[in-house]
Amino acid sequence: MGRVSPSRFDRCQATLADPMLPIHREVEERLDRLEVPFNDFGVDPYGISKKYIGVFMSALRPFYRTYFSCESYGLEHVPKRGRAMLIGNHSGGTALDGLMVIASCFFELDPPRIAQGMAEKFLNTLPFASQITSRLGHLTGLPEHAERLLSDERLLMVFPEGARGTAKLYKERYSLVNFGTGFMRLAMKMKTPIVPLAFLGGGEAIPTVMNAYRLGKLFGVPYIPITPWIVAFPLPAKLEVHFSEPMFFEGTGSEEDDLIQANVEKVKDRIAGLIELGRRRRKGEP
Amino acid sequence: MKVLVPGLSGRLGHMLAETLLERGHDVIGIDRRPFRDAPQGVEVHELDIRKRAAEDVFRRVRPDAVVHMATVTHLVQQSEDRYRINLGGTRAVFEHSKAYGVKHVVFVGRHTYYGAAPDAPLFHQEDEPPMGLSSFPELADLVAADLYAGSALWRYPEFTTTVLRFVYTLGTTGHGTLATFLRGSRVPTILGYDPLFQFMHEEDHVGALALTLEKRPRGVFNVAGPQPVPLSIVIKETGRTNVPLPEIVLNAALGRFGLPRLPPGALEHIKYPVTVDGAAFRAATAFRHHIDEGGAMRAYREAFPRPHA
Repeated sequence: MGRVSPSRFDRCQATLADPMLPIHREVEERLDRLEVPFNDFGVDPYGISKKYIGVFMSALRPFYRTYFSCESYGLEHVPKRGRAMLIGNHSGGTALDGLMVIASCFFELDPPRIAQGMAEKFLNTLPFASQITSRLGHLTGLPEHAERLLSDERLLMVFPEGARGTAKLYKERYSLVNFGTGFMRLAMKMKTPIVPLAFLGGGEAIPTVMNAYRLGKLFGVPYIPITPWIVAFPLPAKLEVHFSEPMFFEGTGSEEDDLIQANVEKVKDRIAGLIELGRRRRKGEP
Repeated sequence: MKVLVPGLSGRLGHMLAETLLERGHDVIGIDRRPFRDAPQGVEVHELDIRKRAAEDVFRRVRPDAVVHMATVTHLVQQSEDRYRINLGGTRAVFEHSKAYGVKHVVFVGRHTYYGAAPDAPLFHQEDEPPMGLSSFPELADLVAADLYAGSALWRYPEFTTTVLRFVYTLGTTGHGTLATFLRGSRVPTILGYDPLFQFMHEEDHVGALALTLEKRPRGVFNVAGPQPVPLSIVIKETGRTNVPLPEIVLNAALGRFGLPRLPPGALEHIKYPVTVDGAAFRAATAFRHHIDEGGAMRAYREAFPRPHA
């Protein structure tokens, strides 16, 4: 076997460690206006990479703008700067909701912002998923990470329904499952405004008829969604993100469960209201 | 001030000796290794810190402060000896310090104390427990030495104890675990993982030690300099070639093809980051680093250019 020359290794490295896919002009212009403290190497202290964001947003752009022609409403409710928590519903269809909210914050806000999600723990154990989620700013879902990002005045994106929410089937797409309470305690402790948001259309784009939990286990993920055409490739359904007025909750975050639960219900009701409004409009009702 | 430094003959020890001399202190070293070309004013005793003769040095010198740098970290060196040096040596330093009236003991520890794991948070704080031992039992002696040093805070109230957990060093001396890992022209990494690495230049490392002696903060502190950087960038900026291999392949290749033989747990450290929050140390000592991450990587590249095969 001949020796592999360093130059071939270098090229290999360029594609694996350094994505060199084209970056869209609009994305490039927005990247420069991000208020993220990138160092000389284009990386922030949490490992967010300007280059990865550029490639990712360029790939996301045609889906956001054209394929789903995603509409964002109420963008004025998302703070331009400073800590905030975007709290949304999952509408079925795996992570499509998260992707569109991220795209919306990047392409519609002025200046653009990076919505940082909290990645499911299993993602960090998988090759590539580990690398890509960290370079895009989606740190493992740990309370320490959430608190640190908020105290650093970042924009956090949380779906309190968790994996139960992404597993919603087509018929359940407009329903809300139980909200966790962790996000509320966090918001109260960190004195952070909550921006409730409703996401519509995910269930139409990826109509899940069942979730294959056993198959998922084989691949090290919680489940694999099965659609009528088997794989979870999304249809070009119309997607919508509705942001609503920020909500503030006074307290320390270590209150009794009853009080926390009552606050959680207020957020959940606001989101349910947004979903209902959007759903009626989608049906053409007034 | 008379400063006794077990482990002075290492590269960082040399730099610390010079810095302390400049500031008008007397420097006394204890080390099994010889200290070549010791500058005037530096007295070095070539002996083992665990031996009787080391105690005689404490008795005769009566140091005001002790900086304990004599711990061994080389992941490759797996021996009973390492265990004994790290634990027995640390114990001896604290006991002699109590017996001979030392006022301040500084333990120089490492940030790898916290361990690397997929569910570990970034920027560890000092009160977090060490979580890496189940996957990397070889770290046990360093963790135990760190915790033992911390116990001096209540065990020996008669003197001030400072436990420092330093990030990796990277710079002109080529000293340290990260610098050793980067030494060859090609650096193996695990395909699909690119953890953040946190390091500081040796000058800042030594600066932080000198500042600790001056300010005498009591307690356990992480010491960090510039922001962490993904391993792929460290490799690129130090002029090396990143060779990402699937984990199974790398595991099988370790110890062959010129790759070091590493314990399996060491691979966790090139999959997942260990980063620390240095805010408490900065608050206690007003420490600021002078060389940023780019400067440290450049310094290393200039001192250790990519070797040509």
